[in-house]
Amino acid sequence: MSTDITTAVPAAPRGPSAMQRLVGLNLVRSLLVSLGVLVIGVVLLESTDAYTNTQLSSVTYFTIAAIGLTALTGLNGQISLGHGALMAVGAYTTALMLDTDSPLPFPVIALAAILVTSLVGFVVGIGAARLHGPYLAGATLAFAIALPSVALYYKGTFNGEAGLTVVAPQPPEWFVSFIDAVSGTFATGSKYVAYLGLFALVIALFFALNLGRSKVGRHWRAVRDQEVAAEIAGINLGRTRVQAFVISAAYAGLAGAVMAMVVRLAAPTVFTLVLSLSLLTAVVIGGLGSITGAFIGSAVLVFLPPLVTDLSTESGLSDTQSAQMSPLIYGIVLVLVMLLAPGGVMGTLSMAWRRQRARRQLTATPTKKG
Amino acid sequence: MAHQPMPARRSRRLALGAALAASALVVAACGGGDGDGGGGSVPGITDDSIKIGGHFPLTGVAAPGYSEIPLGHKAYYDFVNAEGGVNDREIEFIAKDDGYNPAKTTEVVNELVLKDQVFAVVGGLGTPTHQAVTNFLNSEGVPDLTVSSGSILWDNPEELPMTFGWQPDYESEGKIIGQYIAENMPDAKVGVFGQDDELGEDGTKGLKQFIEDQIVSEVKYVPGNTDVGPQIAELQKSGADLVVGFNVPSYTALSQLVSMKLNYKPTWFYTNVGSDPGLVGSLLEKFSEGAVKGSSPLTGIYTTSYMPESDDTDDPWTQLWQKVWDEYGDGSPLTNYKIYGMSEAYTVVDAMQRAGEDISREGIVDVFEQDGADLDGPNYVPFRYSEDRHAGIGGMKLVQLDADGSAEDKTPILKTDVGDAEIEEFTDEPGTPPESGIPGSD
Repeated sequence: MSTDITTAVPAAPRGPSAMQRLVGLNLVRSLLVSLGVLVIGVVLLESTDAYTNTQLSSVTYFTIAAIGLTALTGLNGQISLGHGALMAVGAYTTALMLDTDSPLPFPVIALAAILVTSLVGFVVGIGAARLHGPYLAGATLAFAIALPSVALYYKGTFNGEAGLTVVAPQPPEWFVSFIDAVSGTFATGSKYVAYLGLFALVIALFFALNLGRSKVGRHWRAVRDQEVAAEIAGINLGRTRVQAFVISAAYAGLAGAVMAMVVRLAAPTVFTLVLSLSLLTAVVIGGLGSITGAFIGSAVLVFLPPLVTDLSTESGLSDTQSAQMSPLIYGIVLVLVMLLAPGGVMGTLSMAWRRQRARRQLTATPTKKG
Repeated sequence: MAHQPMPARRSRRLALGAALAASALVVAACGGGDGDGGGGSVPGITDDSIKIGGHFPLTGVAAPGYSEIPLGHKAYYDFVNAEGGVNDREIEFIAKDDGYNPAKTTEVVNELVLKDQVFAVVGGLGTPTHQAVTNFLNSEGVPDLTVSSGSILWDNPEELPMTFGWQPDYESEGKIIGQYIAENMPDAKVGVFGQDDELGEDGTKGLKQFIEDQIVSEVKYVPGNTDVGPQIAELQKSGADLVVGFNVPSYTALSQLVSMKLNYKPTWFYTNVGSDPGLVGSLLEKFSEGAVKGSSPLTGIYTTSYMPESDDTDDPWTQLWQKVWDEYGDGSPLTNYKIYGMSEAYTVVDAMQRAGEDISREGIVDVFEQDGADLDGPNYVPFRYSEDRHAGIGGMKLVQLDADGSAEDKTPILKTDVGDAEIEEFTDEPGTPPESGIPGSD
């Protein structure tokens, strides 16, 4: 297992020591990228108004979930229509744990949400590992539809249809003085939640970047592209699939924990099938398998509908008509992406870049010779 | 709204300035002996405008009917604006779509409060949806007025000092229905058909105060699941000859269709929420693909009424609403949902008038708490607003629907409250709208 299996970018063969160096380098690179995102995030949060802050916090939880789904679908080739339900598990765990007189610090709660969701993901993943393509989609779809009724059945714990209201944690002293030092403004509760979302996102991103370039990530790709070859190479197909599902569930759990605080409610109506489908849309629009694509797709998901509604209202449509425009435009964007850019935004960009490079090389070669 | 972008922009800049000034004040005045004289401006208020907004399901499953409520609001505000507005301020009303999804409600209410900088949120619709935003609105100090839901959750002045309900609560409605059945149909075997949330729960709780021993079967449905066959079959099997439905309009239509199919003909009571003949009629026609026409299947059903409706054409209130809608509506017929919106808007305008020239967020909350019980309006029974109560209309009457959708009174107007409060006859003369149609004008 010391040589590379198919990676996206063909690498020159290296010896084991070079391999170790590469891993070390990856770690450093992932760390730098994650820190870069953290800095950009802080700048964005501090340079925009309070409303955009809340939109950005929605982007964080969508992106975390979309990264998880990207890992599952892009790297391992499993389709899940049930990730909204997995987010519900994380959100309910968070809501229950925050609903005490002195709740634990958020990192602990987030960790608990991740653990509980991973456990549920493990159970679903065992079933999912035996299924492929449309059957897998069907099973996860059923999961997404069935899970909310658990909240209705155990009404005493989950408060049925009405759900659990979430009182988001209040910003601690050090955070207030930190924000005051950075931008001289007063830190509100929603700003604190936005920062919690940002930190969760950066940590999630760091792990995802490493995952994609690690041995585990290569196993996932091998199973996706050539399961027979992968099996001959000694990869346990079932275990790899369950592993991918559990890790992607962990992401959904973290996303759910952030979402609970942003939405301030964990209720069955929040985690409808539409949420699961939106996540898949984000992944498709952004570009299947690309982490940058997960960011772009999530941003489109959050920023496009209010933009369309505002433009429609300004152009003189009534409130109802404007509200109806946004799903329409959304649908059109999705159809256009599927027709014109099946690789999503990132897929199309990288394709264009590669084509450009190929052309340059072609034009460069004769001049060298001549 | 489109013809006056300037005031809106100015108000935003002003509000931003106010926010900056306020934070500067907070930073500067650590000692805190500053007093509250020089407050500066209030979010959403300029010299010539008041900006308010609400969240409604304009799209999605809950849109039929409910999406007409903001139309009623808007028409009434346009009417008031044409007469010079509230204390010379024009009302700007923004209705945002949440698709009846609480996650979306949070987003659009964030937008209303943080971006549009509304003075107050009015008529926010739905129990789970509005529940997602009450903590936010209260912590931001935004008045949360006339919530469009009969849940008792809004009556919580301790924890939600800015939030006020509007329509009668479901429990009181259940009590009034229960008492009527106990007195007039003591031999009836009662089945309960309830939505699996506050609507069904609170309603059944009220009902059981009077007829617990008459109930032979209790079934629930989950909104979204359109197959109510098993529930109706169970009611039929239990021998219930009277069914009380605590459900939304689409489930009135569904339950009627299924009972027709099963040839099950009990006496039906539907609460006010689910009994709008116009909407249920059109839903019945749609669901049965034209096989059932009009609201005729609803002939003979019992329901409740807490204010004049579109069929009460002799009532001065309905005449006012008709006039407003004819002038400022979109040309579609007047419906009970539009009337609901206009009536809520009337309450809001009345409170704003009373809050006076120097209207502030605390000021309007004070009006609701101090004068809330005296607010005018079409409601048969006054609001229960006070410092200790944030509950809305305090009673209703029981009616039976005729073939043409009009209603015949079965009880006098009754006043009651949650818990073990008595049900009393309410004998005060109903108020009439002022000549101008604008509260506090004469």
